[in-house]
Amino acid sequence: MISKFQNNDRLLMLLFIIAVLAGPIILAPFGAGYPDLLQRFCIFGIFAIGFNILFGLTGYLSFGHAAFLGVGSYSAVWMFKLLTMNVIPGLILAVIVSGLFALVIGFISLRRSGIYFSILTLAFAQMSFSLAYSVLTPITNGETGLQLTLQDPRVLDGVNTTGSLPSTNLFGLAMNATQKVEFLGMTLQFNAGYYFCGLVLILAFYLSMRIFRSPFGLMLRAIKTNQNRLNYTGVNTRPYTLAAFVISGMYAGVAGGLMACTDPLAGAERMQWTASGEVVLMTILGGAGTLLGPVIGAGFIKYFENIFSKINDNVLHGWFSFMPDGLEDIIVGILYYFVGKGWLLTLGLLFMMVVIFLPGGLIQGLTHIVERFQSKDKKQDASVPSDTDNAVKPAE
Amino acid sequence: MSILEVQNVNKSFGGLKALHNVNLSVEEGTIHAIIGPNGAGKSTLLNCFIGKLIPDTGTVTFGGKSLLGMKPHEINQTGVSRVFQTPEIFADLTVYENVLIPCFAKRDGSFCLNPLKFVKREADIHDKAQHMLEDVNMADKRHMTASSLSRGDKRRLEMAMCLAQDPKLLLLDEPTAGMARADTNNTIELLREIQGKRHITMAVIEHDMHVVFSLAEKISVLAQGTVIVEDLPENIKGHPKVQEAYLGGAH
Repeated sequence: MISKFQNNDRLLMLLFIIAVLAGPIILAPFGAGYPDLLQRFCIFGIFAIGFNILFGLTGYLSFGHAAFLGVGSYSAVWMFKLLTMNVIPGLILAVIVSGLFALVIGFISLRRSGIYFSILTLAFAQMSFSLAYSVLTPITNGETGLQLTLQDPRVLDGVNTTGSLPSTNLFGLAMNATQKVEFLGMTLQFNAGYYFCGLVLILAFYLSMRIFRSPFGLMLRAIKTNQNRLNYTGVNTRPYTLAAFVISGMYAGVAGGLMACTDPLAGAERMQWTASGEVVLMTILGGAGTLLGPVIGAGFIKYFENIFSKINDNVLHGWFSFMPDGLEDIIVGILYYFVGKGWLLTLGLLFMMVVIFLPGGLIQGLTHIVERFQSKDKKQDASVPSDTDNAVKPAE
Repeated sequence: MSILEVQNVNKSFGGLKALHNVNLSVEEGTIHAIIGPNGAGKSTLLNCFIGKLIPDTGTVTFGGKSLLGMKPHEINQTGVSRVFQTPEIFADLTVYENVLIPCFAKRDGSFCLNPLKFVKREADIHDKAQHMLEDVNMADKRHMTASSLSRGDKRRLEMAMCLAQDPKLLLLDEPTAGMARADTNNTIELLREIQGKRHITMAVIEHDMHVVFSLAEKISVLAQGTVIVEDLPENIKGHPKVQEAYLGGAH
């Protein structure tokens, strides 16, 4: 039973760490083993984990989380411009600024719940987007986006004599440093930026696990199921929802900061509502309210966006070349609409299927599969009562 | 000594006068029943105690402190718990988690930011929650999702949740509505036992006269938004005003 498996948090954590560390090896056969995409898996994984703390636990659906992502990016890039190209100060500022942002937006938006809350957050995010795009040009550099220049002070880094833009680094270790290894005919790319993002992802996952298992997390889940009862049980729900909102805003800030760390520029489009919607899709696709679901959802969507969208008709013809010519053309003709530029169509269909048949997300599908595999052994220890421990069942 | 004092409470909804100069006093350590025909304003009155409604005029004091203007969670923290007519529980959580929550609320107050503690390491909370479930005979159902319980069990769970807070005053809104006779008798036993063991003051709204007369030490009869009689149970049955209210002699 996967719930037993998930009860065992240490094992889950261990598997997660191994999966992240071995990411370049595991994903290389799927064509996703290149640093740029691997970094994106981590970054959006963090974004979705944070979003899940708000949406998955409290049920408050924010449609404006991209605002915090954008704020995080801008803060980090400003740190790169003014202070140093080291990523640590940039990330710290990203967390602080996005946290403050979330505090203000959350304080106002959480006065309402349900659809009104969603609309309020959406309104704030669109306001932030418009401000970044036009009015706040001195800070955000408007349409062009905030970029590094040679004239930036970078107080701690000293004078730049190379004449080219410096790259982001972690105490000297350049984020874009990549070690290539040939292995079984594949090129494995071990990238410093990926491992930095991966470490932050592991930390983010661990923190979210702690929150899920804490009394605080229990209260958040109680808010989702019956906020009234909680009020009449002597709990003030407002500070709980606000804390969850700020925490998830900070997660988004970290994700935005990491985006800037791996590619030091920030544009207003990161704050647009489509980006906010994307994280909602990721969380629901993977399984809202579960620990692992959001990461899986984020990986799925980013994989589709980057790999599926690159399959063109030549690739398809290559796949189906064993078929007779007429049939091959027909099949390729049909499939053509679902890959390449049509990847969103496939994703949309997949999303619909998941929501209808697996309301618990992809993680629920995984649970079913694991349960089927284990159903044979289960018969043997069915007589042993499983509730001997005092542990509270996880949110799963 | 009275723990809950209600004086001249009025509440109107638009043109409808739901409560009209209600006076009521609940003695500490007793079970006080509030009865009355449908629409008499019983639930409205209870809602005024827990901060769900605010009376237009009048005062509600609990243990000498005014409850008016306090938020529901603040009122609860002063020691007032309520069992609702339709059980209000955390339907998506397990029975056990349902009881954990009030235990935490009692110990940690209305807000506690502790995202890095482990629920499973809070031994005192677990002891108490387990104890509460045993008290209402639901320990064997602790891993069930609350929404899958029968109505009677939901009600008992809600009672356990309220008792987990060691309230000074327990408000019960038709605690036996929709229960089978056997369950009703169990509930009566349970309430008596609780009252005997913990001396919790209770205010009960009830339709079932069997329950009222086997539990209550004092009865207030509410009709058309006002208390018409407040007396001992033995004096209530034959009271002409009560018969008039119930048999509709007013029209």
